[in-house]
Amino acid sequence: MKPKHRRLILIFLALLALGGAAALVLTALEDNIVFFRSPTDVAEKKVTPGRAIRLGGLVEEGSVKKASDGLTVEFHITDLSNTVPVVFKGILPDLFREGQGVVAAGELRPDGVFAAREVLAKHDENYMPPEVVDALKKSGKWKEGAQ
Amino acid sequence: MIPETGHFALSLALMVALVQGILPLAGAARGHGAWMALARPAAQIQFVLIVVAFAALTWGFVVSDFSLAVVARHSHSAKPMIYKITGVWGNHEGSMLLWVLILAVFGAAVATFGRNLPASLRARVLAVQGLIGTGFLAFIVFTSNPFDRVIPAPADGQGLNPLLQDIGLAIHPPFLYLGYVGFSTAFAFAVAALIEGRVDAAWARWVRPWTLAAWCFLTIGIGLGSWWAYYELGWGGWWYWDPVENASFMPWLVGTALLHSAIVVEKREALRAWTILLAILTFSLSLVGTFLVRSGVLNSVHSFASDPDRGLFILMLLVAAIGGSLILYAIRAPALRTTANFQPVSREGAVLLNNLLLTTAAATVFIGTLYPLFLDAISGAKISVGPPFFNLTFIPLMTPLVIAMAVGPFLAWKRGDFGWAMKKLRLAALAAFLIAGLSLWIAGSTNLLAAGGILLAAWLIAGALSEVAERIKLFRAPLDSVMARARHLPRSAWGMTVAHAGMGIVIAGMTASTAWETEKIAALKPGASLDVAGYVFTLDKVEEVKGPNYTSQRAAVTVSRDGSLVAVLRPEKRFYPVQRTETTEAGIHTTWLSDLYAVVSRQSDDGAWAVRFYHKPLLPWIWIGIIVMALGGGLSLTDRRHRVGVPAGGKTARKTTVPAGAQKA
Repeated sequence: MKPKHRRLILIFLALLALGGAAALVLTALEDNIVFFRSPTDVAEKKVTPGRAIRLGGLVEEGSVKKASDGLTVEFHITDLSNTVPVVFKGILPDLFREGQGVVAAGELRPDGVFAAREVLAKHDENYMPPEVVDALKKSGKWKEGAQ
Repeated sequence: MIPETGHFALSLALMVALVQGILPLAGAARGHGAWMALARPAAQIQFVLIVVAFAALTWGFVVSDFSLAVVARHSHSAKPMIYKITGVWGNHEGSMLLWVLILAVFGAAVATFGRNLPASLRARVLAVQGLIGTGFLAFIVFTSNPFDRVIPAPADGQGLNPLLQDIGLAIHPPFLYLGYVGFSTAFAFAVAALIEGRVDAAWARWVRPWTLAAWCFLTIGIGLGSWWAYYELGWGGWWYWDPVENASFMPWLVGTALLHSAIVVEKREALRAWTILLAILTFSLSLVGTFLVRSGVLNSVHSFASDPDRGLFILMLLVAAIGGSLILYAIRAPALRTTANFQPVSREGAVLLNNLLLTTAAATVFIGTLYPLFLDAISGAKISVGPPFFNLTFIPLMTPLVIAMAVGPFLAWKRGDFGWAMKKLRLAALAAFLIAGLSLWIAGSTNLLAAGGILLAAWLIAGALSEVAERIKLFRAPLDSVMARARHLPRSAWGMTVAHAGMGIVIAGMTASTAWETEKIAALKPGASLDVAGYVFTLDKVEEVKGPNYTSQRAAVTVSRDGSLVAVLRPEKRFYPVQRTETTEAGIHTTWLSDLYAVVSRQSDDGAWAVRFYHKPLLPWIWIGIIVMALGGGLSLTDRRHRVGVPAGGKTARKTTVPAGAQKA
């Protein structure tokens, strides 16, 4: 085999790997991007029920209710303009508390209740997820340093 | 007074690093011997100065000097001593100081052990390290000074984030940084070689041990981080494709590619320009990793101590280091091109395939990690890219790599014989299929994807063993001759076998623990039980316990199987009053074959505790495999041809290391 042919084979293989990877990345991105939404987005009907999203905001004071099975929890996520009811079955993170910033991953049910598969709260009690800060800023309820 | 001494030493180190970065470089360009010779003492002095600064900061933490802002913000007088010391790098300022300390360790090591390097190469390597040091020391002195005072000093500190008060995480950053920063040596050698315009076997012999050492440390560092997330975060997983995890994983992927391509430069003087590029990319990704974690641009589950203002400074450092080295590469690399003469099916070809797949995989991880940032910047849309994306892109790219990993060592340099290699691997293939089938039967499962993972793992381990067996002519020569061959096999060959087998063990652990885990979540009252994969978990009691700086609800969970006691798990829910924070401590019973894992959460009004129990088959194999991989790297490092400082008399040594496949060729 001539060096020229070898180089062509190499280039072909490299392109194949890159092309394959690009195809993988594109299909995977299309199916697995999860958009972040605020309660106001939900109220304005920007959210398609059944599509996976992340919903972020504050856990509304006084809204947390535990069901009798000891595992299912209902609470409200608010950006102080709008509020979305959330239901979650499982173990909440250590820092989940009323009045704290929280991000819930899951999907909106047709009845308007957000079914969370996963609830994320930060490891730092003063920390506010940047998405939640943005959502609060958008709803005009953000006060600097008022966490 | 001691903090001021530390501050002064740090500022002095910056000046020394500046001298180390400029004069030897100028000296090497003009052939000025005295200027070049300056590099060695400068690197050693810089090291001593940074040790003084680091010791001063450690002293501040040990005696709880709350007039230091860092100590006041991140320490507390009631904290156990071990966490006072490890708290030095549990915050931004201290961890950056650790970063430059390790950089200085490597710089001083090159200066001290690099006596037989050509004078101009040594001067340039040390100068490049001096420049990196200058950048990071300036970053510390100007934006994150650990010696800032608060006046008046508070009565007590705010305490360290309780999640960081853990031995696994305490030793995780030093290992990670030893890996990250260790690649700076390969980078410095690459840039120096580009300036010199010379890359040869001797150069590669110099680069390999440093790269290998950095790789071992990074492997352990990533493993420790993953282990910590597994037992401390209490969600039962060990990898989340979190941006911070990816930040450490990308340099590992490209560093692994570098490790292999440097062998080709050493043995065959081929792939020279490519190896230089990999060295630049590996360290660049380490810098990007530091940037991602330290600047706070990423919304991660665990980006501690982040500050966007500092991001700009690191970004500028990044542009200077990566941009500068890549421009240099663009100018000089064409001169390094080799007329490498090898067939696609050869050891070189196998390494090239390894490189291609590893760098492509690193690229997909890079896209998945940075795409959300990019999209946010251009359109303001907030998205996240989760584990499914990475699993869908990463696993298909790794599968051919793992298949090829077993075959590669059987191929000779220049021209390999694929048919012969496959013949030698017949037994391994048979064993792999048997084991995969057996795993399905044991798990009582029809999950073919999982069987595929076990197949790959078994193939890799059996392939690595076959390769050793072939080299020492196991079962084909008299036993004493086999033993003699085994003894004379170079350590680097054993190292490769061990590392490859370790990878196989990791894959087996990842596959089985993901595919065949059993998870049960329930609300249990004390005395109630739950069946998890044949094990009966009983919540005996939950009692209040007092720790040194926390109170804890500690549960006793008895696990029995067929009526006989297996273990008592003690998961805890800790409350740290200083930070008003709760943490979860998982209760784990580990055997060689599986983990039993219990987490206790809150108590509801009717007295039931929310609990989560897992049975995770083969999970310990992940940690075992990671240790085996690092041991393989370490074994290879003890090969006398890799020993730093051994005179470059490699010609004779090289003849003794005929690759397995070459015996036939």
